[in-house]
Amino acid sequence: MTIDAVEAKRLQLPVITVPVERGRLQFFAKAIGETDPVYTDLAAAAEAGHPDLPVPPTFFFSLELSSPDPFAYLRELNVDMRQVLHGEQSFEYHTMVHAGETVTVRPRIADVFAKKGGALEFLVRRTDFVRGGELVAEATSTLVVQNAKATS
Amino acid sequence: MTQNQLQRQEIRVGAELPPLTVPAISRTTLALFAGASGDHNPIHIDLDVARSAGLDDVFAHGMLSMAYLTRLLTGWVPQRAVRSCKVRFAAVTPVHGAPVCTGRVVAIDDGLATIALTVALADGTTTLTGEAVVDTTRI
Repeated sequence: MTIDAVEAKRLQLPVITVPVERGRLQFFAKAIGETDPVYTDLAAAAEAGHPDLPVPPTFFFSLELSSPDPFAYLRELNVDMRQVLHGEQSFEYHTMVHAGETVTVRPRIADVFAKKGGALEFLVRRTDFVRGGELVAEATSTLVVQNAKATS
Repeated sequence: MTQNQLQRQEIRVGAELPPLTVPAISRTTLALFAGASGDHNPIHIDLDVARSAGLDDVFAHGMLSMAYLTRLLTGWVPQRAVRSCKVRFAAVTPVHGAPVCTGRVVAIDDGLATIALTVALADGTTTLTGEAVVDTTRI
């Protein structure tokens, strides 16, 4: 196995504090073809009971990527980005988050394991999203590293 | 509220969510999603990088399909009712793939509805499977 599991779990992933920007949510909505005006139009959002544009369910993953170099930890673990696939993703939601709020993103490497004699390695990252001391959402990402040269 | 959003009493085991069909994914879609999502991994947008990894072409971000899938959910119930969503990315989505998102209520327990989710391409390839939990008391 090429990823050192002990080292990976010991890695301190950067904690970042991200202001949720309205324009960024509108751009995200455009990119995913969102047609529900609640996600792009303030009046529609207000009519649906939101104080501002809501953060859509998968945008939390984008908040995680808001650091200047979000893939730095993969390089530190000598992982070739080109060999990485996203295997699984999950979110748990505790409350809605809106534009104008600030979220602190706390990721950590929760697990590292291999399958097929090291040909596939799995990196599990867990992330807490906190707003003013309140846990608002949690995410778990499983990345799959395909080691073409590994022998089974 | 969109037209598809339903009343709480309409949620029952076996109910199908109105499918969400999105247009074929173009290279422009991938470029926009890379910028908007913050996932700048070049494997999705730079043909040279894809080829250097032994691939014939770039392929879509998994999170783009998951974003479509959660559009299926929030087009059906208000987002505040969505308690969790988890997916497994089963196959990559090639450029020009046209994902169709479907969902079905498979259980309701104590007000929480479990929705089985799928994203598939026109050729029948299942690209994503998953499950969401919807709090029917928040609809």
